[in-house]
Amino acid sequence: MSNDDLVTLTDKQKKARRSRNVAIGLALAALVIIFYLATIAKFGPAILDRSL
Amino acid sequence: MALVHNRFEEQTIRMSEATAGDFFALLKPRVMSLVVFTAFVGMVAAPVSINPFLAVVAILAIAIGAGASGALNMWYDADIDAVMTRTVNRPVPSGKVTPHEALTFGLVLSVLSVMTLGVLVNWLSAALLAFTIFFYAVIYTMWLKRWTPQNIVIGGAAGALPPMIGWAAVTGSVSLESVVLFLITFLWTPPHFWALALFKSEDYARAGIPMMPNVAGEASTRRQIFAYSLLLAPVGVAPWLLGYTTIGYGVVSLALGIGFVWYAWKVLRMPDSDRVMKPAKALFGYSLLYLFVIFAAYLADSVIERVFALGGA
Repeated sequence: MSNDDLVTLTDKQKKARRSRNVAIGLALAALVIIFYLATIAKFGPAILDRSL
Repeated sequence: MALVHNRFEEQTIRMSEATAGDFFALLKPRVMSLVVFTAFVGMVAAPVSINPFLAVVAILAIAIGAGASGALNMWYDADIDAVMTRTVNRPVPSGKVTPHEALTFGLVLSVLSVMTLGVLVNWLSAALLAFTIFFYAVIYTMWLKRWTPQNIVIGGAAGALPPMIGWAAVTGSVSLESVVLFLITFLWTPPHFWALALFKSEDYARAGIPMMPNVAGEASTRRQIFAYSLLLAPVGVAPWLLGYTTIGYGVVSLALGIGFVWYAWKVLRMPDSDRVMKPAKALFGYSLLYLFVIFAAYLADSVIERVFALGGA
């Protein structure tokens, strides 16, 4: 495949893609934190106390 | 191989220029803020409380669910949004976000918000949120909006449900108190939107939406606005009459209700020749204030009552 077949993004498209990527990253990180804290909130600290 | 190559050549590859802000605009942030506020009042008004973090999660899920239904609405209504001055700059008609992106975004957030609320809070509130999204996106947007002038009367149920969802998130049930909160927004919706439809009737006519002024005429709309204001005023006071709040809320809601009827009366008396429609614009502005203040009064009343209960304990 030659370089002519590739889509070259404009600066505006690159900036928009970066903005979307950052938002998705932050949203996923927030979800992880929310589910972690909510699990402790629902079940109490005892959920961390388990035999290995 | 040649076939595959030709197919790619025929398609127009469009690289998205939509920023995170454009997707956020799909969530209808102003509507979302009203949903957050009324759902929060429903949660605080409930006689029991939940873990504060789970309360924040519930509010967040309700907000995202409401936003998702807004995105689905913008996906389906892109054709009529494009011909109305009020909505022409929305992300889909302005070309910033494609309809496919808006649909996917709305569906993903709908599922995510309902599942999060169900797993982390309770399934009754999740079911109510799912019903709200379905009612707004399918029953109102796809069916009622383009079919009947009663569109916003019935569709108003979707916007009125958030305090009930908030209540259900805390109590795990639905009670008369939460139904009264639902009724306040439900009865507020027709006079609010018909006041807007009166002075934006040309916009709605151009888009082919059967709003009340375009179908039944302005005089009939003005009468119906007044009739709904007469229903709304006593329902606004009902929480005090039923003993759910103190007289403080009763006085505020009564004054607000009298104000609403007064503004609706001015709309009723508006002559047919009035094209500036100042009374309709004034009612529209007042209706926004009415809903915010009446829910704020309910919130303040609930908080003060709780503080006094704690002090007396």
